[in-house]
This record gives sequence, C-alpha cells and structure tokens, in this order.
Amino acid sequence: MKAFGVHRFWAIVLKEFIQMKRDRVTFAMMVGIPPIQLALFGFAINSDPKHLPTAIVNADRGPFARALVWGLAQSGYFTVIRESATEAEAARLLQLGTVQFVVNFPEDFSRRLIRGEQPSVLVEADATDPAATGPALSAIRALAEPVLRRELTGPLAHLRKTLSPIDVQVHAHYNPENITQYNVVPGLMGVVLTMTMIIITALAITRERERGTMETLLATPVRPFEVMSGKILPYIMVGYLQASLILLAARFLFHVPMVGSLPLLYAVALPFIAANLAVGITFSTIARNQLQAIQMAFFFFLPSILLSGFMFPFRGMPGWAQGIGACLPLTHFLRIVRGILLKGNSLTEIAPELWPIILFMTVALTVGLRRYRQTLD
Amino acid sequence: MIAHTQPSDVIDVVGITKSFSGKREVNAIDLRVRRGEIFGFLGPNGSGKTTFIRMLCGLLTPESGSGTCLGYDVIRDQREIRARVGYMTQKFSFYEDLSIRENLDFIARLYAVENRRQAVDASIERLGFQGRSGQLAGELSGDWKQRLALATCLIHSPQLLLLDEPTAGVDPKARREFWEQIHGLANEGLTVLITTHYMDEAERCHRLAYIAYGTLLARGTVDEVVASAGLSTWEVAGPGLNELARELRPVEGVRQVVPFGNTLHVTGSNAHALDSFTSPWRTRGTHQWTRVPSRLEDVFIHLMDSARDNFS
Ligand SMILES: Nc1ncnc2c1ncn2[C@@H]1O[C@H](COP(=O)(O)OP(=O)(O)OP(=O)(O)O)[C@@H](O)[C@H]1O
Ligand SMILES: [Mg+2]
Repeated sequence: MKAFGVHRFWAIVLKEFIQMKRDRVTFAMMVGIPPIQLALFGFAINSDPKHLPTAIVNADRGPFARALVWGLAQSGYFTVIRESATEAEAARLLQLGTVQFVVNFPEDFSRRLIRGEQPSVLVEADATDPAATGPALSAIRALAEPVLRRELTGPLAHLRKTLSPIDVQVHAHYNPENITQYNVVPGLMGVVLTMTMIIITALAITRERERGTMETLLATPVRPFEVMSGKILPYIMVGYLQASLILLAARFLFHVPMVGSLPLLYAVALPFIAANLAVGITFSTIARNQLQAIQMAFFFFLPSILLSGFMFPFRGMPGWAQGIGACLPLTHFLRIVRGILLKGNSLTEIAPELWPIILFMTVALTVGLRRYRQTLD
Repeated sequence: MIAHTQPSDVIDVVGITKSFSGKREVNAIDLRVRRGEIFGFLGPNGSGKTTFIRMLCGLLTPESGSGTCLGYDVIRDQREIRARVGYMTQKFSFYEDLSIRENLDFIARLYAVENRRQAVDASIERLGFQGRSGQLAGELSGDWKQRLALATCLIHSPQLLLLDEPTAGVDPKARREFWEQIHGLANEGLTVLITTHYMDEAERCHRLAYIAYGTLLARGTVDEVVASAGLSTWEVAGPGLNELARELRPVEGVRQVVPFGNTLHVTGSNAHALDSFTSPWRTRGTHQWTRVPSRLEDVFIHLMDSARDNFS
C-alpha cells in the first residue's frame, strides 16, 4: 500500500470542505473576525520602549559628539550597537530592522558649537512602529542641552551662557506621518491568521474523537499524514481569504501604503498559515475534548498577541519576553508583513525572519504526526 | 505483496489479552471463525466484546496473543486487515453533518473503491435510499442510521464484517430485514462476527461464543452451548407464582427462578439435586410441574453467575 494515497488525502479535503460549508456559523466567524479585529485595534496602543538599537554615523569625531553618544546611552532609550558606521552601512542596518535609529553627527558639529552657532544632528528613525520611536525622539531633544553644558568647561565655559539648543532633525523612514494604523493594520493580518487558524484546526481532530467518527477513520486504511494534510489544505484557503480581506481593508479603508511586492507577501504567508494550522492540529491530538482544544489555542494565542510586537513594541519588552516572542511565528511574520508593505523589503531581506517560521512549522507538524495515534489504545 | 491463500478460518486467534489501567478486560481468548459463517458474540455489559472486536481490526493492539484475521497477522498486518474488513461501531460513527451519499462517497474514496460512483449509486439503491440520498445522516431515524452504517461498511466489498451491536435500538421489523440481509451476505461467502444482547438474534447465528469478565465461557451452536451447560429446567404453572418463587429461590440445587409469561422457570445445574430438593413442592399438587428444555437465556445467566463466583 502506498505511503501517501492521493485519493485518501483528497477524500479528507472534500469532506472538510463539505463540513465547512455546512457549519455556517463557524464560516461566518472566520470571515467576520478580520473586520471586527480591524475595528477593535484601529486605535493606538502606547508604551515606553527602551534600549532601542542605534547606529552612529559620526563625521565629527570631536569630544562633544562623543559626549552626546554617551548621553544617549545614559538616557536608557538607546543602545548603541554600532559606534562608527558609514552612511551606507547605517542605511542598510535600518532597512534590515537591525537598528531602530541612526544618529548622524555632521562634520562641522563641534566647530559650529564652539563658534556659538546652532549645531544640528540628524536622527533617522524606523517609524514603522510609531509607538516605539516617539518617546525616544523626545528623549534626544531633552538630553542634548544638559550633556553639552557639562562638557563646556575651562576656556569654553563662556559658551554655556550662549548655548543654543541643538537642532535635532528627525527623518522618519517608512511611516513618516507616524500613523499607528500603518503599523497595526498589517500586523492584524498575522494576528487574525494566528487566532482563527489555530482554533479551527485545534477542533479538527478533537471533534472527530468526540463524535466517535475517529473510530471509523481509524478503521479505514487512511494514514495520519493524509488526515492532517487533508484537514490543513482547506483552511489554508480560508487563511488566504482572511489575509486578502485585511489587505483590502488596509488599502482602501486605512490607506496603508504598500511599497513592497504583494505576490511575495502571499508567498511567504503560506509557511506562516501552515505553521499555525500545524500548531492547531497538534493541539487537537493532545486535547481530550473540544473545550480543552479551545483553551490550548488561547494559551498559545495570548503570548502571540502580547509578546510578538503587535500589542507592545518588541524592543520595549524585557529580555525574557523577547526570548519567548522570538519563538513565536507571529513575531517573525509581523516583521515580514511590515517589512514588505512599509519598507518594500525583498526576499533576501526577510529571509532571516522566514526560516524561523519554517522551522516552527516543521517542528509543530512533526509533533502532531507523532502524537496522532493510529489506534485507540 | 505476498499472495495470501484463502484459509478456511477467517479469524483464527489464540490467547488474545488486553488490559486497561492494569485491569484485564479481555483474558486469553481463543477464537476461530469459519468462512461464510455468522458468528454471534455474546456477553454481559462490559465483558470485553467491543474491546475484542477492536483488536481484530487493528484499532487496539493486543498486549499478548497472536493469530490471523483473513490470513493476515493481527499484530503486524493491521493495515492489510483494515482494508478488507467492514467494521460497524457500537455507536453510530459516521458524519452526521454529511448526507447519506456524501458519507458513502467519503468512505468509498478512502478505500479507493473502483467505479466509485456506480458503487455508491448501487449501494443507495440496494438500501432503498433513492430520493433521500441528500438527507443529512444526523437527521435519520435509528433504523435508517443502522442501514446507512451497514451500507457504508459494505461499500468496499469487505471479506469480513465485524458488527458491534448493530441492532440496538432498532424496531423488530428493521431487525428482521437486517438479519435477512446478513444471511444473504453470508450465503455469498461473507463472514460475519456480530455482537448482540438479544437471545432471538443469538439463535439466528450459525455458531456463537459467550464471554463474561473477559473470559470465553462457552462456544458452539445454540444446541451445543445449551447442552454443554448441563442445566435442567422445570416449568411451573398455577396460582401464587410470586410466593412460590420466593420460597424456591433459597432452596438448594435451584440456580434460577425466572417468571416466564404465566409460568415460572426453575433451573438447576444438577438435574438430580434439582429434582430431589424440589420434590416437596412438586408433590404438593398445588402447581403443575413440567420438564422443559433449558433456554439459551437460562444458560447465559447461569454462565454469568458462575463466572461472577469465579472471577470476583
Ligand atoms: N479505552 C479504554 N480505556 C479504559 N477502559 C476501557 C476502554 N475501553 C473499554 N474499557 C473497559 O473495558 C471493559 C470492557 O469494555 P467493552 O466495551 O469491551 O465491553 P462490551 O462487552 O463491549 O460491553 P457492552 O455490551 O456494554 O458494549 C469495560 O469495563 C470498559 O470500561
Ligand atoms: Mg460494546
């Protein structure tokens, strides 16, 4: 007997479609959740993230610039991970999302300061998530003056009197108007997919067991992988339907700019949807009844929504929370969606976020297959 | 694949044993069922009938024992067995949110039935489902559910049918039709293992086995089972049977006193003891005592009582 019977796989797919069609309420829920979530999360959620990774482009190299860099680190909002970057390098780090800020000291920074002219600093910010950048930018403006005042000693002490505030120029990239919806709406795509995909499939096998149909299935020659993949395929389509609904809303309701490639987004959504479905299927092989399955789904959903960077800026969270967040597929998918839609990222740029999702999917599917019992023992 | 010759014994297992959480629910059962036979499997609730059947079709793995089903090893070749067995579960276990046709079609696809469409149509027609094949299985009445379940078990032309209480909750007419169909199928060479709690159904089987507390206590044709129990029974008619029953129950040599219509059946396992200990009542002349053959039900209750004495 063949290891994978296409006819058996297809039998499961067709059956799932018919059951989906019959279960109007569930189907309505799957289509209804995206708009409801959009309405709920249309408002901003603020917080005060710290230790944001920062790169410095320092053409000045004088003591004042160095003092300011020290001051940035002292403020707690910035962690300088690259002290003397070239402009090209800094731009790349920003694009990849490795740093949130690039602080540029122009060549004449110290000279202007000593001459008593107003020196300027250019701060480039990755503003895809305005909640993350806002407080940090205010901090720069506030800290510049006291830091410099302390540096002006000895022969330069007279400058303290005439010290004019530094001109901090902010250049917000990717979401220049700091519109929160630009960040939240693409993120919702990942959140909605996580929520519905996991719940729907968490019920898939539990329901068979509760209704007794599992015994019939087990008595036939159908194999575990045929059952699982057959149950996953129809919901992949549902997932794409949901994703499209959200993208349409993002485009026409919230006017979110879409800089990157939509086909790329659709393509990379596949492993993400499959990863969530695999988690759900795995839950449903563990749960004894449908209520347990739902509870497990929520147990997974809560950290996903709280620690992925959807609700709170990822970099504002403590290290342990970031560690948990990094294990969740939603975290990586959020970066991919925002990267593609707002920054116009290409496949090479999102690759570092893609493989964790694929790894996660493989692990979840393997656990599910091992847990799927071929007998009633 | 190895070509399996058709052995005359469709089921041939020895020492099949299964425990759940340390308790032996099926205890070293040996069973042989011949080709084309309707084999009845009887026993009280919780005696291990369903558990045994599940082990035959690979839904449970026996913890010890061995044997073959349709010539395939019951432990090793579970998939081969599943492909050739039709199993009707005790509880209706098809999809209630699928229609009759969709259920049949789904199972037919899983078994890769050739000419699936014709097979499904033929099955619908044979069972008189025409015109209602679009009805959801969950909306069917008990007898129609049973018919659908049987039709679904048969869709892939199995060589062995395992039916677990197929007629529970079904009216007498539907039961009769069901049995006619089963006998028809057996005539065509299908082997049927069927569990039931109904005595009249037990008598329709070619052979039967009786299991209690997981142990096989008797097997053979109805007559053989009755004879092997060695019971003797008196039928008592007359007034005040209730009081008489109360008087007779504690009497030595009397195993069962059961009301049966307007009479009382008094059964003992030793004819001589029964006769001598009941003689005061028999000679009293107030009642009419007639010797009758023991019935299957008397035998089963006797077996169950002695099993309880032995096993607990
Ligand atoms: N999966 C299981 N886990 C634990 N115990 C089980 C399991 N399946 C059956 N049992 C126990 O094994 C015993 C035998 O059950 P089984 O269902 O085989 O009896 P049965 O003869 O079919 O009874 P009935 O006539 O009521 O259908 C029962 O005591 C039951 O509680
Ligand atoms: Mg049973």
